[in-house]
Amino acid sequence: MSEKEPLFSPKNRKLIFNPLSKENPITVQVLGICSALAVTVKMKPAFVMSVSVIAVLALANVIVSLLRNTIPNRIRIIVQLVVIALLVILVDQLLKAYVYDVSKQLSVFVGLIITNCIIMGRLEAFALGNKPWASFLDGIGNGAGYGLILMIVAFFRELLGSGSIFGYHVIPDAWYIKNGGFYENNGLMVLSPMALIVVGVIIWVHRSRNRDLIEGK
Amino acid sequence: MENLVNIFVKSIFIDNMIFAYFLGMCSYLAVSKTVKTSVGLGLAVIFVLGITVPVDYLLENYVLKEGALIWLNPAFENVDLSFLSFIMFIAVIASMVQLVEMIVEKFAPALYSSLGIFLPLIAVNCAILGGSLFMQERAYNTISEATVFGLGSGVGWFLAIIGIAAIREKIRYSDVPAPLRGLGITFIITGLMGLAFMSFMGITL
Repeated sequence: MSEKEPLFSPKNRKLIFNPLSKENPITVQVLGICSALAVTVKMKPAFVMSVSVIAVLALANVIVSLLRNTIPNRIRIIVQLVVIALLVILVDQLLKAYVYDVSKQLSVFVGLIITNCIIMGRLEAFALGNKPWASFLDGIGNGAGYGLILMIVAFFRELLGSGSIFGYHVIPDAWYIKNGGFYENNGLMVLSPMALIVVGVIIWVHRSRNRDLIEGK
Repeated sequence: MENLVNIFVKSIFIDNMIFAYFLGMCSYLAVSKTVKTSVGLGLAVIFVLGITVPVDYLLENYVLKEGALIWLNPAFENVDLSFLSFIMFIAVIASMVQLVEMIVEKFAPALYSSLGIFLPLIAVNCAILGGSLFMQERAYNTISEATVFGLGSGVGWFLAIIGIAAIREKIRYSDVPAPLRGLGITFIITGLMGLAFMSFMGITL
């Protein structure tokens, strides 16, 4: 490369913004669904989870990208797993120290970031062949795309299931049937299978707006 | 004995890996296009879960837990290595998968060629690590309980992937709205299957 690329060149900006919609890790690349759905009953754990995944993904991408020329190809999976596991242990300890109640709610799902396919997928597909700064942006972008879907699902599940947003009640108390109103929380939204259906509907809306993503018969 | 049967049934139907915790969704969605391949992957998952959960159980109880090292030296009473459990578990899983792959290749070549690419993929299947982490969280009393839990979770996963694969084979002939085709409808069907599985809630033997 003759000229130094600016930090936020159009190409780099694409790395951040493409994963938000056109190359969304969840709805298009089908990565990282495992943990995405179990933590979306309330917005707060979903938010903490998204931030953790963004942090782990960005840092793991940078580390693997720095090491990419020294890792022997045959043992790269193990090396990647060690890097990821190290970062996840750090995140887990931090969460236990600063937001203990959320860490209890997330239970095993923090540990499961290790096997979150988004992280392995991006390391394999991107960080192994690109420079650290580009990998960092790719990590932030994909983590944010994952977080975006998580927050949308959590928003609907918390609003319809518990009548609150981020733990604050938004449905007036007087509306509830027990206070003589007409409204009742939808208990179905709190159950885990509804997360799948909400994601299915998000995919439906997303693809009907971007028709080139539609799968062939 | 009753206790073991209870854990087995519970881990298949009530705490089903897919429908209750969404573990192993990535390979579940990617491989469930035909029944034949899903049977292969399902069997491999049962196999690996049945091996890694007891091994991780031993590791947890004799190395990692607070005071677990006491058999080595009474002075280690206060040593708590549980913060290392993620990295230890994933190392055990990765190496067990490698070992299982080599053994199966040597002694059962027919099984190996039918499982083929799925065995190495399993190392990064969330259901496997999830099995070990749930085992740690629920603190089973004996190794047989942990083994039964691992096998039961595997069977639950196997049932789920076969069910969805059979439905996906049939749904090819239905007129699904174009934007919902493929991934979208699979999500919604899995959700409906999950709702059906919830009717098992509360069963004890």
